[in-house]
Amino acid sequence: MTKTEMIKVDKLSKSFGQLQVLKDCSLTVRQGEVVVICGPSGSGKSTFVKCINGIEEFQDGQVTIDGVSLGFRGREAAKMRARIGMVFQHFELYPHLTVLENICLAPIHVLKRTRDEAEARARKLLNRVGLADKESVYPAQLSGGQQQRIAIVRALAMDPVAMLFDEPTSALDPEMIGEVLAVMLELAREGMTMIVVTHEMGFAKAAADRMVFMDKGSIIEIGETKRFFEAPNSERARLFLSRILAH
Amino acid sequence: MSSFDLSAISNSLPFLLEGLALSLMLTAVAMAGGLILGLLIAILRLSRLRLIAGLAALYVNGFRAVPLILVIFWFYFLVPLALGRPVGALYSVLVAFVMFEGAYYSEIMRAGLQSVRSGQWQAAKASGLSYLQTVRLVALPQALRKMAPLMVTQGVILFQDTALVYVVSLNDFMTSVTIVANNTNRPVEMYVFAALVYLLICLTGNAVASSLKHVRAIA
Amino acid sequence: MNYSWNWAVLVQDPYVQWLVWGTEMTMAISIAALIIALVIGTAIGVLHSSDDRIVRSVMGAYISVFRNVPLLLQMFLWFFVVPEILPGGAGRWLKRDLPYPEIVTSIIALGLFTSSRIAVQISAGIDAVPRGQRMAARASGLSMLQVYRLVLLPQAVRIIVPPLTSEILTIFKNSSIALTIGVYELTAQTQQIQSMTYQGFEAFTAATVIYVTIALLVTLLMRGVERWTALPGTVSGGVSVQF
Repeated sequence: MTKTEMIKVDKLSKSFGQLQVLKDCSLTVRQGEVVVICGPSGSGKSTFVKCINGIEEFQDGQVTIDGVSLGFRGREAAKMRARIGMVFQHFELYPHLTVLENICLAPIHVLKRTRDEAEARARKLLNRVGLADKESVYPAQLSGGQQQRIAIVRALAMDPVAMLFDEPTSALDPEMIGEVLAVMLELAREGMTMIVVTHEMGFAKAAADRMVFMDKGSIIEIGETKRFFEAPNSERARLFLSRILAH
Repeated sequence: MSSFDLSAISNSLPFLLEGLALSLMLTAVAMAGGLILGLLIAILRLSRLRLIAGLAALYVNGFRAVPLILVIFWFYFLVPLALGRPVGALYSVLVAFVMFEGAYYSEIMRAGLQSVRSGQWQAAKASGLSYLQTVRLVALPQALRKMAPLMVTQGVILFQDTALVYVVSLNDFMTSVTIVANNTNRPVEMYVFAALVYLLICLTGNAVASSLKHVRAIA
Repeated sequence: MNYSWNWAVLVQDPYVQWLVWGTEMTMAISIAALIIALVIGTAIGVLHSSDDRIVRSVMGAYISVFRNVPLLLQMFLWFFVVPEILPGGAGRWLKRDLPYPEIVTSIIALGLFTSSRIAVQISAGIDAVPRGQRMAARASGLSMLQVYRLVLLPQAVRIIVPPLTSEILTIFKNSSIALTIGVYELTAQTQQIQSMTYQGFEAFTAATVIYVTIALLVTLLMRGVERWTALPGTVSGGVSVQF
């Protein structure tokens, strides 16, 4: 049973000075599972996913990835981070590198793959998201939707054991949201372990196995998707859902 | 006053050009060395280890608090003592300029690195790159575009500062000019000529700096 | 390394006296030059921000010339060249009758050199005041002079306090260049102690400590100015113009 636990977060707490932003957050994600985190803005969702791969440090608690506990510093911590793909709200493609160079940077410098290996893998992935013709353009020449698809490919090129998405569609124009969600949906169907912070409840209903509801730095409720949308346990989640689904 | 006489300049042109070559060489070496040292100090200063960051800050603020002439005197006195044998003024001056410029260039580098959005650092970190790899592969290439004009402007200031090696009688352009002025008793012509040469070179440097700024504006 | 320490040299006669004189001279020429630089620099900076293209380019030329010739050479120009090229009486007076010529010259040279740098800051500060302020002031019937005096400059000065601090620090450091025309300021005095006693470590350490102390004092003073002039409800900090 433990073998299938891919990500295990145990009583994670984090504060900036006096301000506590995460309180005793625990979550276990099994291999191949898709978990969507929702909640009002400022609830700590984004900080929570950034703690899972250690790019944000936390004071208390523990994160275990595929049975190995996560640290912050040094080579081991970097190796751990490399095993989890991350997609950011603002894409964060490197503006000084072409699409292909963006995708190959970490495989070459972290995984020590040869340039040929890395490029071959990158091209295969680009092909899958329908952007094979864009390999030598710069990020600024692409639409937001295209940039985010490239960012997903960049994360996949590291052959991650799991993927984290931090509001991947919030910075996109409405007409581009669909193309990004389609790629994510396909990934979910292929059995990728995913944690997704998003307000796209349509995606959540279609792809998520379980829903996590966060408010004010705490995990209020974790539930199976269908049940969560039909009958949330907590009053706060009900209020949140009624507001967000009203639109 | 006698009429303006340019023969003093033309007669000693080779000597003056030699001086100018030394000034430019000094500028080039101090710029190259200062950039490398400055990058190193900037990286240390942004380190999360308080002690290291503090020492780097001490270095920068220390050099920025004292006059360059005093720094030149310090190294003119220290370098031979440290090596245990007399060395020419040139070596002392080179060390002094590289150390001094390192402090100023590190401030430019630090501002440049800090201007790279935090999301870029996070993305690099998330993909498993180390701090130094992130600086080298992600932050520095982006920062360089912003820093280039400032680096050139600092180079122009540095070129003017090389005139100060006059105090240890190194034959740079300024010193050569004063030697000719004294030997020919033509201070008016010589110093006005020198001012025009400095002006021309510095204005060219400034033009390069602003064209670099323009390049960035387009990109 | 072979060196015999003798820190006592710093409190011996006449060297302790030299250090005091040097510090006093450094303070005196720096502060005198700062006053010149502030007055002329503000005037040039204001004119440089004017809408008149000719005025603007004349001021631009002034700034360019004074900023792109080494200060050392500017000292030489004022000391050796200006008395020669001034017509008859004035030149003769400068050469023969001017009291303390090297001190006066160094103050003028340092003051004018720094005025060009302050002019750049002032003009950038005025540019940083929103355009609407100028229009609103004009619309309320103020004259151009009043617009600058009552509306633009008070805002611009607050904006440029941080970069001004760095110019003031620089003027104290640059005053050391006066030694090249024979002013016995702090660096010259310590250099003299070094050459008389061979105690370079002690002499230069004394100068370094004094310069660092001056820098700390100036920084503290300017922080006070910044706090004192800060407008309630605004966050301090402003344009930083680096050169």
